[in-house]
Amino acid sequence: MPDRANKINSGDHLDFEQKVADLDRQMNELRKLSSIKGIDYSSEIRQLQKEQVNELKRIYSNLTAWQTVQVARHPKRPLLSDYLDLMVKDFREFHGDRCFGDDRAIVTGLGQIGRDRVFVVGQNKGRNTKEKVVCNFGCPNPEGYRKALIKMKFAEKYGIPVVTLIDTPGAYPGIGAEERGQAQAIAANLQEMSRLRVPIICICIGEGGSGGALGIGVGDRLVMLEFAYYSVISPEGCAAILWRDGSQAPHAAEALKLTSKDLLKLELVDAVIPEPLGGAHRNVHDTVYNVEKYIVKTLRDLKRTKVDNLLENRYWKLRSIGVSPAERLRRKTLAGRERIKAAIDKIHTKPKPVPAKV
Amino acid sequence: MAKQAKSKWNGFSLRPRKEMPEGLWTKCPACEHMLYKSAVEKNLNVCPECNHHFRISAATRINYLTDEDSFQQVLGDLKTSDPLGFKFRDTTYKQRIKDDEKKSGEKEAMLIGKAFIKGRPLILAVMEPNFLMGSMGAVVGEKLCAAVDMAMDEKLPLVVFSCSGGARMHEGVVSLGQMAKTSAAMARYDDSGGLFISVLTDPTTGGVTASFAMLGDCIIAEPGALIGFAGPRTIAETIKVELPEGFQTAEFMLEHGFVDMIVDRKDMRSEIARLIDYCQK
Repeated sequence: MPDRANKINSGDHLDFEQKVADLDRQMNELRKLSSIKGIDYSSEIRQLQKEQVNELKRIYSNLTAWQTVQVARHPKRPLLSDYLDLMVKDFREFHGDRCFGDDRAIVTGLGQIGRDRVFVVGQNKGRNTKEKVVCNFGCPNPEGYRKALIKMKFAEKYGIPVVTLIDTPGAYPGIGAEERGQAQAIAANLQEMSRLRVPIICICIGEGGSGGALGIGVGDRLVMLEFAYYSVISPEGCAAILWRDGSQAPHAAEALKLTSKDLLKLELVDAVIPEPLGGAHRNVHDTVYNVEKYIVKTLRDLKRTKVDNLLENRYWKLRSIGVSPAERLRRKTLAGRERIKAAIDKIHTKPKPVPAKV
Repeated sequence: MAKQAKSKWNGFSLRPRKEMPEGLWTKCPACEHMLYKSAVEKNLNVCPECNHHFRISAATRINYLTDEDSFQQVLGDLKTSDPLGFKFRDTTYKQRIKDDEKKSGEKEAMLIGKAFIKGRPLILAVMEPNFLMGSMGAVVGEKLCAAVDMAMDEKLPLVVFSCSGGARMHEGVVSLGQMAKTSAAMARYDDSGGLFISVLTDPTTGGVTASFAMLGDCIIAEPGALIGFAGPRTIAETIKVELPEGFQTAEFMLEHGFVDMIVDRKDMRSEIARLIDYCQK
């Protein structure tokens, strides 16, 4: 078992956490001193810890967009493998797209979350260099999307709900990927996921980069972790195009409104799953637990809905993206009126019960 | 005679390019022939020397394609609400919209409506390359969905001419969501059994290719059109390899099996009419 305590070492502090790093260093020095000289510094250490908690609360309660991106890309942030280990019981991985190969950037398989059997589709980035190379740094190729689709169809056949965990900088831009039709693979996924006859929950656990994230991100619910980001283009890419200078990424991140808070305000994500104090990388267990709790709760709701209604709701949820709130309300009322009218018609057209012969 | 100094021009200049003298002549970017402009226009904006298809505006394309005056536009005055309040450098997204409205004469990057091609009624959606590079924002997505609804209601075939740089960055995740939205609409249309002909013109990249453009029952491309997911520059920067000749062209896509046929602009009208005839139920 890898170490799950996720100790934040001196090198793991982000550049805006300078004060937290200082406090960490002071605490370590005190601990070392007390072990060498045998003096009890525990009250001082506790004082410092309190200070650190306050500092973390202060920093993380108002992160800028660019700082959020940095947290989402933190090297110790829990990855798909952590979720699979801690959240999914009895995971059985399914490999291959039956056509070209097996893309390691997308992992699919059957498992159990809570008491529900689910089909998990997730993007994996890899923790160390070797894993990262195998996973192509979390950038899927077309075969990955085709694998996801073929396995989701399998899940549909047996009525198993799908849970997708999104964590990718974007679909891989390479010669091979273009030759094998990256665009077609993603397009097919979008189309099929919008009419898959099982509940789909999409959770953005880290980076949600553009079409690569959307390729497994169409469903009944789209939710994000608190410090994950979800964007149409990487802040660097946007800065390079609109600012003509890649180093303007912080400005681009701000303008793109890619944080969970902004997206919730724009009604583009359905919910935000809270992260523990100081970001997911400071406490993997709590993060995974929060995600699990959300999945179990939401699955209970979605499973109760009839499949046809589920698809109808999903369709109108997608159709209302980018529609102004007033227009959305108008459509809702229209739909409601139609539903009432249909119900009344149904009552009127009901054949009158034939009185029983006496 | 003194030796002529070697030109120091390295093919890249920050100064704005010097425009050709207004009107008469134009240069083909493919074969570098000097062409008489009116001759090119008479030839449907195709180079008479090398068959290079020039980019044309949506209005011109509709003019070339449909029966005379048969195009009835709908939702022509739909405008973006600028959901993010996007600001960049010293300008805003709203300002960009205003500028491009003037430049292209259209209110958004897509025109939809009912039209006739050789007497066959159909729903037509054409993208406008001069409006923010034909990028897909909330309005384009909404218009395309409206076109799909119209096609479903009236049981007519749907023909979409894509010409786009992808999703519109200025609308952030809203424009990303349009990919899902248009694909969902296409799924409905597919379920209802309608014919969807997707025509890819130069350029079709990014979010548009990765959503409705690649979902056609029949996918047609114009010769030499740039078609792909990631832009060629992005790919070259990422993998740091020189890209092969003819990479991401229509011919390349045909060879790799993602396009049904390549049709010249002059044959487009008859070809679409033929397809509609074949696919009648």
